[in-house]
Amino acid sequence: MSSRSAPTASTTPTDDAPEQLGLVMRAVSLRHGNAAETVQALDNVDLTVRPGELAAVVGPSGAGKSSLLAVAGGLARPGHGTVTVAGQDMTVPSRRTRTELRRQHVGFVFQSGNLLPALTAADQLRLPLRLGPRSQRSGRDPLELLADVGMADKADRRPHQLSGGERQRVGIARALVTEPSVLLVDEPTAALDRARSHEIVRLLAHEARQRSVAVVMVTHDHDVLQYCDTVYEMVDGKLAASS
Amino acid sequence: MFLAIRELNFARLRFALMGAVIALIAVLMVMLSGLSVGLVRDGVSGLQNLPVTSFAFTHDVQRDSAFSRSVVDLSAVDEWASQPGVADAAPFGNTLVNTRTDRGTEIDLALFGVQSDSFLSPAVSQGERLGTADGIVVSPTALDAGLQLGDTVTIDRLGTRLRVVGVTEQQDTFGHVDVAYVPLAAWQAIKSGTAPGAALPQRAATEITAVAVRAAGGKSVDLAAGDTAAGTESLTLKEAYGASPGYTAETTTLQLIQGFLYAISALVAGAFFAVWAIQRKPEVAVLRALGASTGWVLRDALTQALVLLAAAVAIGVGVGLALGALITGSGIPFALSMPSISAAGVGLVVLGLVGAGAAVIRITSVDPATALGGNR
Ligand SMILES: Nc1ncnc2c1ncn2[C@@H]1O[C@H](COP(=O)(O)OP(=O)(O)O)[C@@H](O)[C@H]1O
Ligand SMILES: [Mg+2]
Repeated sequence: MSSRSAPTASTTPTDDAPEQLGLVMRAVSLRHGNAAETVQALDNVDLTVRPGELAAVVGPSGAGKSSLLAVAGGLARPGHGTVTVAGQDMTVPSRRTRTELRRQHVGFVFQSGNLLPALTAADQLRLPLRLGPRSQRSGRDPLELLADVGMADKADRRPHQLSGGERQRVGIARALVTEPSVLLVDEPTAALDRARSHEIVRLLAHEARQRSVAVVMVTHDHDVLQYCDTVYEMVDGKLAASS
Repeated sequence: MFLAIRELNFARLRFALMGAVIALIAVLMVMLSGLSVGLVRDGVSGLQNLPVTSFAFTHDVQRDSAFSRSVVDLSAVDEWASQPGVADAAPFGNTLVNTRTDRGTEIDLALFGVQSDSFLSPAVSQGERLGTADGIVVSPTALDAGLQLGDTVTIDRLGTRLRVVGVTEQQDTFGHVDVAYVPLAAWQAIKSGTAPGAALPQRAATEITAVAVRAAGGKSVDLAAGDTAAGTESLTLKEAYGASPGYTAETTTLQLIQGFLYAISALVAGAFFAVWAIQRKPEVAVLRALGASTGWVLRDALTQALVLLAAAVAIGVGVGLALGALITGSGIPFALSMPSISAAGVGLVVLGLVGAGAAVIRITSVDPATALGGNR
């Protein structure tokens, strides 16, 4: 068992080393399944992503890439290891606490956007701002942010009236609207053509630098790695820096 | 609320269909309520309008037919009048008769035999109060049936002739038959089958159906003690409704139907929201991944159900009231009572919410990790 003594520095985050403000994973392991059949989805994973850094994780299907993001964002609890986001422990047992930490510090971008069908683009961005208590409802201006991702003229459209690339832009804007410390992105270009894929990853790289967000992007698409600061490879739950 | 309202608007056709079903149930509910209240009024308004708190019937009387079977001795009246807390006690006689007017109109009457100077003697809206030996005071609904003030009616077979001298202030019916108040002596003659002009048998002069008792204002009467002293069996006024002909059967049937409607409302809402909750699972996973608590998701879903149910029930009740207004006064026993309809409306919403709640609770088990592009 690794110690969970790690950062209690949340009160004065500015005093910490820069990586403390991003994502830090140490010796993280995760098993899926039951006693009869278990899968080692994450095997002793170490990963540090600093604010403003865009890190890519590539690897075959089933390697554990989505599991890595789930653990980083507090959706799943690892069996071993420590995970901190902006100095906050994302492995606490309380689901409620992890949900709150996620709301405050983590943004998720999903495959094909995963937008809510009933909401317009602008409302997709307003939604995350309304999930917390009234006192915590600060963030970026939804319409400004939509303009930043090139969607100003489509703010009133619902997902079914948007193209795949447009949906993904809205998905990225939705993840950024709460000004998270860490952005976790799962195969954002899986449903996009080449040109659109490049646009989306360029947008991610731009936003990461502009807003000092630590971004982890899982991808199949080796084509877009040129925009990333660091590239990791994942095989059978093990993470290694790419050669 | 944020998401709930937008979803209602986005999937309005689907929600409208569901709402229409609930609205139809609400329409039925209003109709049933109108019928219930109408039937109750038709069945027991004659009793409801009596200034009575309880009736003392024969000991061991069969409760669902007490008015037709009970025979009590007149002496019980004095015994009851002397009980603590009793303001008034008076003899009460009841019989159903078939009569016809001199014009040939046939009309059934529920005779209420009372002493003309007792507290049971009704106020009148037309004509005069009870007093003359053969004068009767009838319910205004008997006028609708063809009777007129001043008419003389003849009781079938017996030949006794009674004159309509007055009309009560409001609908007085008993077992769907119009009430006619008749002086106690005349009632005793009719009840015992004594022909006009013949002498009343000794025994008949001391027999009544029940002792009508009125408790003093704010006092309660110990019915058991009174029954022991007088050798009677008391029913409160409400309990006595059940002794009116057909009342229990009618009201239990309607209550059964209403109960089923409540259950159907809960099941329909439950089934709809169960399907809806299953369809929304991927969305709920996304919401949870974005940082929504299970409480937030549940509140949103229940708000949605509440808005839908309340709107549907309101529309249904509105339509029901409009239909009911058409039916009222058409001869069908039907009466719209706002307290009863409001209670039914609230009941529909609450039970619909229970059904919806049981269905949407399952979204709390959604694993937010499924929002990620997984292998499942
Ligand atoms: N909830 C789960 N229960 C059981 N096995 C799972 C679960 N989630 C993922 N797995 C398994 O864990 C491994 C890693 O999955 P995943 O992280 O989704 O891989 P990737 O995203 O790289 O395709 C796979 O073998 C997958 O089948
Ligand atoms: Mg995956």
